[in-house]
Amino acid sequence: MIGLELYLGVSALLFVIGVLGVLVRKNAIVVFMCVELMLSAVNISLVAFSSYMGDVHGMILVFFVLCVAAAEACVGLAIVIAIYRNNITADISKINLLRW
Amino acid sequence: MNPMAEYVWLIMAIPLAGFLINGLVGLSSETYRNQKNVIGWLATIAVFVPFLISLQIFLSMSAGSEPVVVRLFTWIEAGNFTSDVAYRVDQLSMLMALVVTGVGALIHLYSMGYMKDDEGYWKFFTYLNLFIFAMLNLVMANNLVLLFLGWEGVGVCSYLLIGFWYKDMVKSSAAKKAFIYNRVGDFAFLIGMFLVFRTVGSLDFDVIFNNIALFTPDLAFWVCVLFFVGATGKSAQIPLFVWLPDAMAGPTPVSALIHAATMVTSGIYLITRFSALYMTSPEAMLLVAVIGGLTAIVAATIALTQNDIKKVLAYSTVSQLGFMFLALGSGGYVAAMFHLVTHAFFKACLFLGSGSVIHAMHHVEHELDHEGKKLKFDPQDMRNMGGLRKYMPSTYKTFMISTIAIAGLPFFSGFFSKDEILAYLFNAGMVGEYGAIYFVLWGLALVAAFLTTFYMFRLTLTTFHGTFKLPAKVKGAEDSAKYLHESPMNMTLPLWVLAILAIFGGLIGIPEFFVSTFTTADVNVNWLYEWLRGVTTRETIVLSVTTMWILAFIAIAVAVISTLLAFRMYNSDNADASDAAIKKRFGALYTVWEDKYKLDEVYESTIIKPGFNISDRGLAVFDIKVVDGTVNAIGSIVQFFGSLLRFVQTGVIQTYAIAFVIGVILIIGLLIF
Amino acid sequence: MVLSKNTVNSALFLVMHMLSVSGFYLSLNAQFLAVIQILVYAGAIMVLFLFVIMVLNMDEEEEVVSRVDFKQIFALVLSLVVLAQLLYIAGSYTGILPDLSQQEMLAVGTVEAIGDELFTTFLLPFEATAILLTAAVVGAMLLAQKNVNIEDEDE
Repeated sequence: MIGLELYLGVSALLFVIGVLGVLVRKNAIVVFMCVELMLSAVNISLVAFSSYMGDVHGMILVFFVLCVAAAEACVGLAIVIAIYRNNITADISKINLLRW
Repeated sequence: MNPMAEYVWLIMAIPLAGFLINGLVGLSSETYRNQKNVIGWLATIAVFVPFLISLQIFLSMSAGSEPVVVRLFTWIEAGNFTSDVAYRVDQLSMLMALVVTGVGALIHLYSMGYMKDDEGYWKFFTYLNLFIFAMLNLVMANNLVLLFLGWEGVGVCSYLLIGFWYKDMVKSSAAKKAFIYNRVGDFAFLIGMFLVFRTVGSLDFDVIFNNIALFTPDLAFWVCVLFFVGATGKSAQIPLFVWLPDAMAGPTPVSALIHAATMVTSGIYLITRFSALYMTSPEAMLLVAVIGGLTAIVAATIALTQNDIKKVLAYSTVSQLGFMFLALGSGGYVAAMFHLVTHAFFKACLFLGSGSVIHAMHHVEHELDHEGKKLKFDPQDMRNMGGLRKYMPSTYKTFMISTIAIAGLPFFSGFFSKDEILAYLFNAGMVGEYGAIYFVLWGLALVAAFLTTFYMFRLTLTTFHGTFKLPAKVKGAEDSAKYLHESPMNMTLPLWVLAILAIFGGLIGIPEFFVSTFTTADVNVNWLYEWLRGVTTRETIVLSVTTMWILAFIAIAVAVISTLLAFRMYNSDNADASDAAIKKRFGALYTVWEDKYKLDEVYESTIIKPGFNISDRGLAVFDIKVVDGTVNAIGSIVQFFGSLLRFVQTGVIQTYAIAFVIGVILIIGLLIF
Repeated sequence: MVLSKNTVNSALFLVMHMLSVSGFYLSLNAQFLAVIQILVYAGAIMVLFLFVIMVLNMDEEEEVVSRVDFKQIFALVLSLVVLAQLLYIAGSYTGILPDLSQQEMLAVGTVEAIGDELFTTFLLPFEATAILLTAAVVGAMLLAQKNVNIEDEDE
């Protein structure tokens, strides 16, 4: 039997890679994809727990997370398109109008 | 409980209502301001009705009545300290209330005629009513806090009324001076109040008088002295009397009301009220007497040199107040109150009479102006007057009556009161450890009495006898005498009432020895003594009846000699020559008197100028550099930190993401450990 | 994916990730979710991503690690710290798992079990999610439109 810790370890690793990606990458789309990565990592963790505990609520939460991720991806990409239209660039380190 | 005492609050409330109505309606409506008759009568009635109420209460009391305390409501409640608005109805306060409202009502009536042409007519009566309210609070209060309220209130009204013609800088300065000198005295009064509170734990009269034993001799001395300093401020004694002559800048009814009959007597009232405390400290009483005596002499000598009618009367007031303090200092509290009452009558009459004269002289100036002659002369200078008895008979007669009263000539009121003061002085010389000083004071008082008679007759004779001097002194005014006329009825009526009181007012205090010499009947004709016996203590009289008769005769002799001398020197138009003769006689001393002992200059150089310099050079710089500097420094520190912190906001999302992650780390760390 | 220079490559790597995760779900007996994952995530969302990448023409090379500066090092350090914490947590649970047989574990991830809960206890969130998705679509449409002349509209 594969122990639960393994799954949790995988989830943690994926999550941290996602965090790294968000902090390091400059392209807006790639940052978004890293956010999806983080969400997915959490999903794994949830499903693992749900399976090993025998509780179906974890699965249902994953279901909802999936839906919300979809909606969020949709809106986020629309924003990126809007920004790109105005600034020609998708480099988020250059989008700093809220600076001091 | 005396049923009439229920109406005590009305005595206070009616002048207050008069003040509010005249003030608020006058402030808001132009048409009301022109209804001079309405305003005047409203104000006069607002003082006359309290007089009637006081009279009723007075008549329903007797000499043996217990004091009644009428508590209205609780005013201050702070921790252990409570202070109520409570009024005390006892013999002393009712006597003072009668004097205040009675003389006040007469002066209100007089003012209706005197201030007729003034555009600030409504303001004048508003302030007068406020003053009466404050003064009544002062004399009828049952605790020191309410008394202090009245004390300050009369100071404020004095300021408002002296500076009534505020557009003239000289007059405003006089008002300011009055208020500030009063304030110095008030400060001492406050410290005295603090000491009382610390000793007794309350400022209620009942509590204080029941606990006199708690005052150690030292404490009693200091409290008495501090109260007395407050009294010197209000009642114009050395060293704080210099405001009173300047206060003559105000309208004459103000001088009559405030600076003759009521406000200046509040110091006397205070000390009389606390007579039980003063009797425990002979040193304090000595101090009171000495200051009173010195003031009496100093003021009398200055009055000798003055040529302005009102200034003479002002210094005369200071001098007479000195007499009253002499009485207080020698244990004769009843004598002091007696002199207070008689002085109120004749001094108010004198002031109102002088107002009448000034009114006439102003009229002359006005008419000459109309003729086209713009002459400049001082309408208050008595050297420009003379012979006015032909033109102003009522004024002349009342003025003469009051002068005889103040001179102390027999059987007019001043004689009885002054004589009693001298008797108490001599008596104090025979008892106690400071007897010698009291004898000296008695001598000083006699000299002061001599001078009083002399300068008062000088004033009266120069003004009313002889011939009218204006035509001679001022070119172009040759036939100005035809403009002189008597004052209207509403001005002469109060004069007559006061003059009659000046004649017969002494009958309330005929000393016992007068009667006991002739009959052995056990009847006490000294009504005032009997009346006030319950509320004041007094020094015991050790003089024999013979001694008292001798003292009386000495006083009469002094007064008569002085009168004759005055008549010889001033009766026949030789005022200038006589003045010159006196000047030659006393030489340098005369110049000192004329310069008012240079007291104003002394104060200016030792206190006012240094104070001003400290303020200007020291405190102002402190304020600008240190206080403002601190505030500015705080502002710039905040600005500095702000300029450092703003770099956190880069606008780049990833920076914020880093912040997120740091937060997550911290929270998970917290959860783990 | 994180370190790839080409954006499209990144997207394709993410698709592969989704498929792997689906495999994970299957090994955990969550059949329903495995399939949903492929359908929704890999099939719809990633397609959306690729559309946007194509529309915006972001196929150019970009330098991922242009310069190794303080910010990158700091981010690396932070990530490692988070990793350490999470691993610590993951390894520290003891004895909280109930003893389940394979049969029961299998029963959890079936469509019937999920549907049972979803349409009874979680009905409201379910409907709300529908509204959420609608709102997201409308919002996205509004945000990404071509610049419409605003003068024609109100005022």
